[in-house]
Amino acid sequence: MTAFPLQTGLILAAVLFLLGLIGVLTRRNALFMLMSIEIMVNAAGLAFVVGAARWGQADGQVMFLFILAMAAAEVSVALALIVRMHRQHKTVDVQSLERLRD
Amino acid sequence: MNVIFYIAAVVAVVATLRVITHTEAVHALLYLIVSLLAVAVIFFVMGAPFIAAFEVITYAGAIMILLVFTIMMLNLGQAGARQEKNWLTARLWIGPAILTLILLVEFLYVFTLDRGAPVSIRVISPREVGETLFGPYVLGTEMVALLLMAAIVGAFHIGGEKPKNYHRFFDKKKEGAL
Repeated sequence: MTAFPLQTGLILAAVLFLLGLIGVLTRRNALFMLMSIEIMVNAAGLAFVVGAARWGQADGQVMFLFILAMAAAEVSVALALIVRMHRQHKTVDVQSLERLRD
Repeated sequence: MNVIFYIAAVVAVVATLRVITHTEAVHALLYLIVSLLAVAVIFFVMGAPFIAAFEVITYAGAIMILLVFTIMMLNLGQAGARQEKNWLTARLWIGPAILTLILLVEFLYVFTLDRGAPVSIRVISPREVGETLFGPYVLGTEMVALLLMAAIVGAFHIGGEKPKNYHRFFDKKKEGAL
């Protein structure tokens, strides 16, 4: 039972989300882009948990669990794509993949 | 409690900054794990101990292990780091960074517009989360299970090595046909 300013939590979520956005926009390495997407997903989950704390309900935390499962599914498929890309083109640079056909 | 929150927030932001500016994949991944652990501390402070434990076990544990093994398999090494260093020139990142900073200022403005009274944090127990998860949200839970199944099948299909020869019977058949 502590008093807590929730705006700071939302601001932290926004800062983390935008840092991830900068990462996606600037990096060319597919692995770094994937990590940045993870940062963004995590920041969105943080915003949900802040909402759960604001209203004192468990719904926001349930949403975070769904986001977690979605992130796990997305990472597994994306990593499989990256491994496939490295096997076919010997690079993880997204700019060198100008054509999707090999 | 507020002091703990601010310390963890600063750690999370600094670690995330290092993630998006580091050139070596493994070091960036370690910073990402630190960032996730800091966010787990923030969850704990915010009265979500169950979610904090899940963040450590699933995010910092399982998902990051997937990334570690992929980096090991790809074996990018020094050449990859050098290439990354070449790409990380100010000319490339200054544009997106400035535009995103504008978005950040807008976010800050919106969030500080109505500074509500600080609410008292109520710890939401794992029991309550579980009852909500399997009560009103049981359909969502089923759909998440389907999504995970589809992800397993998709990852296996995309990442699995295709065998060159299926069976000697098919080879012989092909030779005979040709």
